[in-house]
Amino acid sequence: MGINFRKETFRDDFTFRNSPENIRRFPFPYHEDAYMYSVNIEPHVPGPKNSVFEHLVDVDEHYVSEMQDRAMVLAEDPLRCQSLPHMTLAGWDLLELLMTEKAASYPEHFSLTREGDRWHWINRPLGIDDTFTFGDVSTLPYGPMEYITRQSQGDFAILDQRDNNLWMDAGMITTQADWSLDFDIGMNFFEWHAPVPLAHEMGVFTRALKFLTNIQQGKPARRLNWTMTINPRLDTSPENFHKWGSDRLTVTPENVGEKVHLRVELQSFWRLPRSNALVFPIRCYLLKMDELVTVPKWARRFHRVLRDLPVELAEYKGLTRYRQTTVEWLSKYDDGAPTSPGFSPD
Amino acid sequence: MKTILSRPVYGTLSPQAGKSHLLIADAEGASAILDLAKKAPEDFFAHAHIMFIPGRTGDSFQASLKALKPAQYYEGPSVAAALPRLNWTLANAHMGLRMYLAGTEGLIGQMMQAAIEAGIDPASIQTEHRGSWARRIQCVHCKGITENVTTQPATCSHCGLLLLVRDHYSKRHAAFQGVCINAEDPTEIPQTEEIFR
Ligand code: HEM
Repeated sequence: MGINFRKETFRDDFTFRNSPENIRRFPFPYHEDAYMYSVNIEPHVPGPKNSVFEHLVDVDEHYVSEMQDRAMVLAEDPLRCQSLPHMTLAGWDLLELLMTEKAASYPEHFSLTREGDRWHWINRPLGIDDTFTFGDVSTLPYGPMEYITRQSQGDFAILDQRDNNLWMDAGMITTQADWSLDFDIGMNFFEWHAPVPLAHEMGVFTRALKFLTNIQQGKPARRLNWTMTINPRLDTSPENFHKWGSDRLTVTPENVGEKVHLRVELQSFWRLPRSNALVFPIRCYLLKMDELVTVPKWARRFHRVLRDLPVELAEYKGLTRYRQTTVEWLSKYDDGAPTSPGFSPD
Repeated sequence: MKTILSRPVYGTLSPQAGKSHLLIADAEGASAILDLAKKAPEDFFAHAHIMFIPGRTGDSFQASLKALKPAQYYEGPSVAAALPRLNWTLANAHMGLRMYLAGTEGLIGQMMQAAIEAGIDPASIQTEHRGSWARRIQCVHCKGITENVTTQPATCSHCGLLLLVRDHYSKRHAAFQGVCINAEDPTEIPQTEEIFR
């Protein structure tokens, strides 16, 4: 049976929500009752059935609506998708990766047939049926990166590797946690991470870069990162901060459950075969506090994590205005019982 | 001074071995060229082109710069006015051209941008900061550039939003980032302070 794609919005009337099955597969990011930055990287290998790791490129019930939201963002602000001239080959690499993964994991929704360079791609949920010549940009309606990432959940940064560093030279960034591709494009690993507090001093970035530059083709890796968002808004870009920033003042003890969301990014790292670039998909999952507390272990643990979060991290993530209200709301779901180690719901 | 990793680090100009030398400065940056001259070999300026934008320093440096007897001397009213000449010079430059940039971050950043466009390795370019710390900022919202920002916060000269001037810096834009400072609560109007002098 295929996925039942929801019809919902991530703006204006915010009709987004998770089905009960989707709540259970949420990538809860804390393996213990506290959180601090670390080099939390592990091999990206297929995981248990009904988890977001079941397939290496996850497609879920929000797929179609997320793609509609992306199209709206791009219509308003085309600068969210940029690729420096030397990155076109990496765009083709990415197109191949995403098409082959999707077609292999979800044959009822996607199919790819290749005869030499003639490729036939069918995306049933989005109603796309295109034949094109691999490597020939004129046979697609967009550049290869834009074409395939308009059909793939999550943001994508493509990193060129040279001088023992990674350079953010292309990306499709419409669901970002408050950073700007237009500003950061062309920067290296240390430059685009410059605003992050504490982690530089901890040596996190030096070690992470060493790991990333050594990633081999066919051996992707992953990590989880998290923040919080008021209303299920995908486009929390700095570009639009003056439009969504005031959402943070709307949180009250009565509406925490519906308004406050845990926002988890499943970030993965893949070496691309022709360009030797690295692609960094940043897949965003949203969970309402009302949904989170349906899992008692997650409610207890998230209460403790948020309560004890170092102030620098809370500031950087923009939680200050509503942290206290949310912690108080969550405390009703924390009886002080011990939690089991690991991420799983129990 | 506390800084972050996206922001360039500036050094001290020193004469490099090379067939020809392009020295560009604004305002107090001229004094960095004069200091370099003290360490330069005798025939250095016979193969040098000085481009100078006096800005707030008015007439104070022209005479001393000319006294170095550069092969070419140019004076311009602004970076924008100087760019066509710079682009021509870079497009027609021979191997072995050395570049030296001195003055405000805005000047260094924009000249560096033009040099990178022209295919010059940025690591081969000497830079030295002198004079004002005024910032060139890109408004992350409307993308407009506001020059010569000395205050925190600052008003975007294009869209009018009140911007927090961040330390995050883009070499591609030759600009710091400006982000709406009161987006969460537009009724909060923080006090404006003159801090980038
Ligand atoms: C090559 C792939 C990566 C890309 C493109 C990337 C990109 C970014 C960007 C754009 C930001 C926001 C910075 C800002 O405030 O403007 C960020 C934040 C961050 N990154 Fe990365 N990153 C990558 C890999 C990693 C890795 C491997 C780690 C490490 C362990 C890491 C750790 C972090 C941390 C801790 C933050 C702060 C997040 C928060 O507190 O919410 N990143 N990253």
